[in-house]
Amino acid sequence: MSVFLSFTVLGIVFGAVYGLLAIGLVVTYNTTGVFNFAQGAVGMVAAFSYWELWQNEHWPYLLAIVFIVFVEAPLLALVVEFVLFRRIHGATVERSLMVSLGLLVILLGVATIFWSSPDVTRAVPSYFTQSDGTVLSVRLFGTNGVTLQYQQIMIVVVTAVVGVALGAFLRRARLGVAMRAVVDDPELVALAGARPHRMAQTGWVLGFMLAALAGCLIAPLVGQTGLTTTQLTLLALNGFAAAVVGRLRNLPMTFVGALLLGLATYYAQGYLPGHINAGLAAVLVEVVPVVFLFVALLVIPAARLAPAGRLAVRPPPRVVTARQSAAGAVLLVAAAVVLAAMAGATALATISQGLALGIVGLSLVLLVGYAGQVSLCQLTFMGIGAFTMGKTLGGDSWWGLLLAVVVSAAVGALVALPTLRLRGLYLALATLAFGAVMYSAFFDNSSVISDGAPVGVGRLHLPFMSTVSNQTELIEVAVAAALCALFIGLVRRSRFGRRLVAMSDSPAAFAMVGLSSVRTKVIVFALSAGMAGLGGVLYAGQQSSISANDVQYIGSLTLLLFVAIWGIRTISGALLGGLTAAALPVLQTHLPASLADLTGLAAGIGIVLLARSPEGILGMSWLTNRVRLPFGEAENELGLLSVEREVANAA
Amino acid sequence: MPPDGAGPDRGNAAALAVDHVSMHFGGVAALSDVSLRAEAGSVTGLIGPNGAGKTTLFNVITGLQRPDRGSVSLGGTDVTRKATHTRASLGLARTFQRLELFSNLSAADNVRVGLEASGRAMPSAAMELLERVGVAEEAATPVSSLPTGSARLVELARALSTDPAVLLLDEPCSGLDERESASLGHLLTSLAAEGRAIVLVEHDTDMVLRICSTVHVLDFGQVICTGPPDDIRRNLAVQEAYLGHASEAGATGTGA
Repeated sequence: MSVFLSFTVLGIVFGAVYGLLAIGLVVTYNTTGVFNFAQGAVGMVAAFSYWELWQNEHWPYLLAIVFIVFVEAPLLALVVEFVLFRRIHGATVERSLMVSLGLLVILLGVATIFWSSPDVTRAVPSYFTQSDGTVLSVRLFGTNGVTLQYQQIMIVVVTAVVGVALGAFLRRARLGVAMRAVVDDPELVALAGARPHRMAQTGWVLGFMLAALAGCLIAPLVGQTGLTTTQLTLLALNGFAAAVVGRLRNLPMTFVGALLLGLATYYAQGYLPGHINAGLAAVLVEVVPVVFLFVALLVIPAARLAPAGRLAVRPPPRVVTARQSAAGAVLLVAAAVVLAAMAGATALATISQGLALGIVGLSLVLLVGYAGQVSLCQLTFMGIGAFTMGKTLGGDSWWGLLLAVVVSAAVGALVALPTLRLRGLYLALATLAFGAVMYSAFFDNSSVISDGAPVGVGRLHLPFMSTVSNQTELIEVAVAAALCALFIGLVRRSRFGRRLVAMSDSPAAFAMVGLSSVRTKVIVFALSAGMAGLGGVLYAGQQSSISANDVQYIGSLTLLLFVAIWGIRTISGALLGGLTAAALPVLQTHLPASLADLTGLAAGIGIVLLARSPEGILGMSWLTNRVRLPFGEAENELGLLSVEREVANAA
Repeated sequence: MPPDGAGPDRGNAAALAVDHVSMHFGGVAALSDVSLRAEAGSVTGLIGPNGAGKTTLFNVITGLQRPDRGSVSLGGTDVTRKATHTRASLGLARTFQRLELFSNLSAADNVRVGLEASGRAMPSAAMELLERVGVAEEAATPVSSLPTGSARLVELARALSTDPAVLLLDEPCSGLDERESASLGHLLTSLAAEGRAIVLVEHDTDMVLRICSTVHVLDFGQVICTGPPDDIRRNLAVQEAYLGHASEAGATGTGA
């Protein structure tokens, strides 16, 4: 009984904190139409700030909380709204999603810069402790009962008060009502005398304040032995799951979702059968929130989910011609041959890895750029490919490569099947959940991949060579990347490519010409995952192994962001995105320690650009008007040649 | 719900038959007990004020929304539980009041997707269709940069790309000038003459009364009168004389 009670208490306390995060998410989503992927990261920054002010600067802890919730969070929200989100008001789902993912990467970068040095332990003591360090608590229901810490009671009370107050504000107050209206029709609200910008600002400020409060409340619970970035960003997923249960709209249901999630997590911890090993138990507990999110997405009927963003007319496409593709491919391989002869060891390795990631980037062009299906688990497919390669026939055979591509493609198709009816944001969340599950349950699971030891992956055998040198490996990767680039161009110009773009542009019209999106979606997922698997084989071959570290979900996000920053619908953008993702960590080692997270910084700058130019750097008008890129995307007229010829023929 | 094919006209079933369809959004009846028939070779008009349920009826016919009650059949086949793309391959096509174009494709490619979907990928077919609706010179233009009127015509060409037996048109004239509307009227007549059943939703009442053989008037989700254009004209005249313009009546109806 007492075990049950204490797990119930823990579940409710954590559920309450998830609930605060989630209602912040819902409020922001409903006033701005943007799903803030960085909600958990805001909580993380708040938790670190709390430690900083209280433990490091010796502020009274209440003052620290008041400062963080009422000054720091609102200011941060206003800056974020002004710099990033004001520009993309009413943008496509994909675009606002990218920008909010970018914010997540930026905040992670900020946290890494300020709070990552390993020589400091960022321990946060409990609230309500006596001078001798005992945590104040009260005993309920006698000896068989449960101990309630004062801070646990405080967390639940604060959450309840905030929840009720927020509900009343949205239902009663003039500003609150206007905020609910603004998402349905900003122009109408503007006509009625309210100012949409003000509403959006309020939405962001409220969301950030709630996240900050959640961060301050949870800091002592998770930070007894020291706060870490990874542990805190995991919070984010829990908030997402609760928000989905509330259908991104309903605050009470969001709270219910959060409490269920908290309870499920702790009951799983408390009642796992004793005979399973500790490693597996830890995995199961970690996986609970993600599985909860995945199931919630699949079970909650689509029609009742809030509309996820609006459609906007995007600029016209630039279709690469066969000639441009071929020229680009030859150029790429030629450049690789020259570099192989000239570059030093580090550069060789970086470029090889960059091009391998570029192949994964190309798989994103196909899936996200053309078909409009946002995937946040591309590195998972990459990892599956590399893992299959490593486990087959000594890890360096061509048969292994073939099998790796087939297995990743099959997993891709399997992911596509249950998520068929999900679009935009919901699909992104489902793939994020899949990536996180695969990371915890497979790649980072010591019973699958022995503890901390990476799986060895060899390089592909070539005829007449006993070993494949770094130089040869670079050329090998470049040839593969060139072939993939040719393939993507071919697909885009094909009947299937037109079909992908059509499905992404208008699902209703797509069905109305007699096409079923089921087949198209499954095929494009399989193709894309297979290509990511190929990238994985080459990536792992370069460093001769694959480990859990290579396939974290944050890596999938970062790669997607860099490809989007260069241009998610361009072949050159994919390759440049891959090279960027590989080069930044290497460059970082040459920089002063104050720039501890170059990736976050670069993503930050890139995202500000992306908020201004939806087609990325390669799609910026000053560039497209002046420059001719190898794969030709920044060039408009040639892409239309085939049609023009047809016009002439018909006339 | 009447059993499938129980009607007396099994042999020469209507190209499109809607029987006793009802549909609610929350407490609001968007459609109540609506029945209509569209015959091959004729243009059937559907008029009514904003929010009368015209677009909802199109959504029900095409399967984008499921009705609470009633049935839809195409050429005698009950399609009430069939997916949208299945209905399309049975010969149903439509245009949308709020344009649904493949905005990242050129006009020609928009049509080509439809042609390829129905297995008719002759290279010249796309141009022929664009010529027929009168936007051939825009073939290479990305549709996102077309003016609304031309974009509507591209959408019509795409709808024709599957060679439909039943064609639903949702306000095809909005965005067109008078001359373009007139030529669209001729086009619709000739499309009907090819043996297609056309259902036309249009605010341009004169045009509807000119080219349709039967007209249904929808208000608050109900068919309030049906008949040949002359009857409707007389009826409308009566309405306008005594009740004010029909379109003022439906201001509180649900969004269609």
